[in-house]
Amino acid sequence: MQSPTVMEAGDEVLHSLPVMEMGDVFQVLEVCETVEEIREVIVTTIEEDSNTNSPPVTSSGAGTKPSQDDNWGETTTAVTGTSEHSLSQEDIVRITKDLEDSVGLDCRRYFTLTLAVILGLLVFLTPLAFLVLPHLLWPEKLQSCGTACEGLFISVAFKLLILLLAVWALFFRQPRAGLPRVFVFRALLTVLVLLFVVSYWLFYGVRILDSQDENYQGIVQYAVSLVDALLFIHYLAIVLLELRQLQPCFSVCVTRSTDGEMRHYNLGQLSIQRAALAILEHYYCDFPVHNPALLSASKSRAAKHLAGLKVYNVDGEFPAGPAEGPGNNAAAGLAHSQSRAMIAAAARRRDTSHNELYYEEAEHERRVRKRKARLVVAVEEAFTHIKRMQEEEQKKAPGDVMDPREAAQAIFPSMARALQKYLRTTKQQHCHSMESIQQHLAFCITNNMTPKAFLESYLTPGPTLQYSRDHWLARQWTLSSEASVTSGLKDGTVFLLKCVDFSLVVTTKKIPYIQMSEEYIDPKSHKFVLRLQSETSV
Amino acid sequence: MTSMPGQPVTAVVQRIEIQKLRQADNLILGFSIGGGIDQDPGQNPFSKDKTDKGIYVTRITPEGPAHEAGLRMGDKILQVNGWDMTMMTHDQARKRLTKKNEDVVRLLVTRKSLEEAVKQSMGSGPRQEHCGTPSNHKLMH
Repeated sequence: MQSPTVMEAGDEVLHSLPVMEMGDVFQVLEVCETVEEIREVIVTTIEEDSNTNSPPVTSSGAGTKPSQDDNWGETTTAVTGTSEHSLSQEDIVRITKDLEDSVGLDCRRYFTLTLAVILGLLVFLTPLAFLVLPHLLWPEKLQSCGTACEGLFISVAFKLLILLLAVWALFFRQPRAGLPRVFVFRALLTVLVLLFVVSYWLFYGVRILDSQDENYQGIVQYAVSLVDALLFIHYLAIVLLELRQLQPCFSVCVTRSTDGEMRHYNLGQLSIQRAALAILEHYYCDFPVHNPALLSASKSRAAKHLAGLKVYNVDGEFPAGPAEGPGNNAAAGLAHSQSRAMIAAAARRRDTSHNELYYEEAEHERRVRKRKARLVVAVEEAFTHIKRMQEEEQKKAPGDVMDPREAAQAIFPSMARALQKYLRTTKQQHCHSMESIQQHLAFCITNNMTPKAFLESYLTPGPTLQYSRDHWLARQWTLSSEASVTSGLKDGTVFLLKCVDFSLVVTTKKIPYIQMSEEYIDPKSHKFVLRLQSETSV
Repeated sequence: MTSMPGQPVTAVVQRIEIQKLRQADNLILGFSIGGGIDQDPGQNPFSKDKTDKGIYVTRITPEGPAHEAGLRMGDKILQVNGWDMTMMTHDQARKRLTKKNEDVVRLLVTRKSLEEAVKQSMGSGPRQEHCGTPSNHKLMH
């Protein structure tokens, strides 16, 4: 590009500018072209990576010709969960958690088990040791055992047997759960028993073994007193561990964070971790199963609200570069005013999403009812195709006889399509597999259930326990609370039970203290009169 | 018309004189009464105050002696021949009205419209109070 040769002095500056601009423009164009080439290169490398994971899509066009970039939008790839080597984020979290608890919890469980076994052996063998040791150590000095003494032997034997049964009943049960902290009452009782036994041994060691007491009856009575005291400690254990929390003291409200399902339970005086355990056991039995597919509608509505408005900075007030004091405030102030502007604009905008929601819900309801009607008819018709064979007929025709499973498989195809469509409409299709449906059908046929009874488990979502194990979602729960988890429940305690997909929010309210007074009613005090309203003519 | 027990009753009353009519063996007056201290005052449709246990006229035979004398439905009977009717049982009131040896009963009755008429005439000027009040409307203490 050549500058015009004829130029005036004053115009030199003016005319030079266009030259520079055009030159700049040319340079800019060159820069663009190189950028495009770089972009092309990146696209091809991504495609090569993705080719190893998923089957090649129609993306070979852009890789061959560098100057064509109209296929660029089509060749971007995203990480999907469809290939066999990919893992979603949820699976990773679940696997790590499973690893964690399979190692950690077993250690702790074995430790407590061994401790309990040692303590039990100590407790049971101590009275026997008390009785046997004198015979072993100083048999010649020992007085012979008279009638009363032998009577005490029987008492010791039976009391030990009762203690054995009682300990087996109270303590030797399958552990229901692994709790985060030590069970305070059990720890206290263990310490008490240990102290008790140790003090008895001390006394025995000092006063009886050292001095080699000859009064065998006294020793036997000492052993009997030990067993009596152990039985009383067991009574204390029953009261502390079992009886104390039976009387309801608190009303807890459990809410699921994803869909707001709420239940109320009555609990006694428990520590927070034991209360959490009780609540979780109720959760598995009472709450309808968590269905993430039902939450997608509200999430999409929320996304639409957010995407509706975008803020553009027209005045060009850019915040200062380094994050110093005044500069930072300016940036914060800018963001604050931006968000306020967004909120104000959203409030003023005439949002019609409520209208859409209303009609969508009405439409969905209609669709569900239509599918349900078709399903009910199909199932009823399917059930009419088979009937139970009577005893007399069994001898006649052994040909076409089927067991329940085969019968279920025979009538299942006629209702499969209607059932599948219904489950899809109510977003329950992942809760029931073909196998489970056929099993349930065979079960219903065996137990002479009507079609309506068969369908009930598909029409309403049942509690989590009714579904197969992989829908129990999480057996690993995290208890998060501001107070210590071994402290007791109080009025206004709030804690969270978190699992992978949702959390349960628990709030506590104390049942009030009731002041009752009495009022005596004499049975003869119930007297009545007629309400008179006469009219006499005179 | 106040209804405080033990307090004197103030009312605007009308004197009504009814001649009893002989019908077969009975002397009839031609109206029915309701109320009384032994009755339920809440069911009286004519009383202003639902705790008023006085005797009220509940029905009037049209063209009967009571109607001709000027008695109207809903009137409260305060006196019969000088006997007070405000604290009477229903049966006692009936007996007072149906004495066989009396041919004529002179009643003092009150009704809402009387009070309103007095108020209107009092409101139009103090002078008219002396000469405008009809002779058979008296303020009774």
